[in-house]
Amino acid sequence: MKRVIKMAPEDNVATSLERLEVGDEIEVVSEKGVVVDTFRTLQPIVFGHKIALATIAEGSKVIKYGEYIGEAIQLINRGDHVHIHNLKSLRIPIPEKVLEEVRME
Amino acid sequence: MKFMGFERPDGSVGVRNIILVVAGVDCMEGVARRIAEKVPSAVAVTQHYSCLHVGTEQVVNIMSGVAKNPNISAVVLLGMGCESLKPKFYQEQIAESGKPVKSLSCYEEGGVKKTVQKGISIVKEMETKISTLKRRPFDLEKLTIGLKCGGSDTTSGLAANPALGVAVDMLVDNGAAAIFTEPIEAIGGEEALSKRTKTQDVKERLLKVISNEEKRYTTGTEVEFMCKGNILGGLSSIEEKSLGSIHKAGSRKISGVLENSQRIVETPPAGGLYFFDGTHFDVQSIINLVAAGAQIVAYTTGWGASFESLVAPIIRICGNPESYEQMKDDIDINAGTIIQGKESIEEVGQRIFHELIEVASGKPTKLEDLGYGTFAIYREDPAMDRFLGISKIL
Repeated sequence: MKRVIKMAPEDNVATSLERLEVGDEIEVVSEKGVVVDTFRTLQPIVFGHKIALATIAEGSKVIKYGEYIGEAIQLINRGDHVHIHNLKSLRIPIPEKVLEEVRME
Repeated sequence: MKFMGFERPDGSVGVRNIILVVAGVDCMEGVARRIAEKVPSAVAVTQHYSCLHVGTEQVVNIMSGVAKNPNISAVVLLGMGCESLKPKFYQEQIAESGKPVKSLSCYEEGGVKKTVQKGISIVKEMETKISTLKRRPFDLEKLTIGLKCGGSDTTSGLAANPALGVAVDMLVDNGAAAIFTEPIEAIGGEEALSKRTKTQDVKERLLKVISNEEKRYTTGTEVEFMCKGNILGGLSSIEEKSLGSIHKAGSRKISGVLENSQRIVETPPAGGLYFFDGTHFDVQSIINLVAAGAQIVAYTTGWGASFESLVAPIIRICGNPESYEQMKDDIDINAGTIIQGKESIEEVGQRIFHELIEVASGKPTKLEDLGYGTFAIYREDPAMDRFLGISKIL
């Protein structure tokens, strides 16, 4: 099975260690290498990108490494890709110029 | 758990034996090289911030800090004779360590050739002394490790940094000191770090140091804290990026913030985790860590970063399996196994811990025996700091 890694027990996202296709069954592994969860992806997810482990309501915090890494700007479902399209920083928003460059790719 | 090291007069323990030949002013750099190249243990270093005493106080503190590092077994100081930044300003700081320091003035010696000759005879004597020194076992409380990351990629926050964090926790639990740095990388991680400071005072110092750095890098032009590469690689916010970087420091409480200023370069007063106020530029940052007392440095990367330091061994940890294959002649620890599912973060962390002890005890790193090194000191611009209304003095 394909693997995603959950960096801390409190996290509501995991990060993919391989390319995931829609409907892939995945193992969620912890820092200790223990499988803590399994489920199916809803969206394709590229290596290094995040997948939601639980429903995250709009306005709720996204948690990785046991800390807040931002806020959901729309409802996120378990299995969804989590990134700049549905997560915003609470510290420094990404400049429009950089977002433009990313959209071009 | 012990490591094998060389005891110095002040009770500190070095993991290598280096003769530091310091050109206190950079017009003496060539002389320093000519002297140092004659014996294997000698390293020539200099600073490029001028020969004036006023304005170079922080530079003198950093250079003296390096000279005081327990890896340095003896020091030669070189001056021209006309400078206001005389060798004595370095000497009075280095004297605290009790190690042998010899000072030469080019003018007093009668020119470059005579200074080189005299310098060579001095370092040859120092080298003979070094060959008689033996390693003895010491507790980990005598060890300080410096932490740095560079050439970071998506794997850094998933593999190399968390694995190093596991090793750092083990070291700190065994009494060692660990120093992480790069306030610029902590922007976005203030909340997380604030929860881990041992006292309110440490928290305030930490927040000040990070805020100062943010001011330096946001002077009106839009700075890219997050670039296209970060985002395409999967990082969604500066908090996430910063936390990935901070993870290399493990999870223990932060015992102190080490000042790096015109006033002083601080070293850890005891074991524990410390944050050092300094640049993120790789070569200069490693010199900062050595000036702060680190005898050994752990460097995490997604690429390679093959600069070498001759004042402290650098253990390179790479979390990207492809980069590791490409650069395995340079990389000491392959953390890419985490990405491949062959090892857990914990397992690699344990490996790193053991490698650190072995390298401290004498095992050379992959790049160490090549015999080259890069040395550079960084000083924040005091005029700009004043203009921004910030101060490095905490």
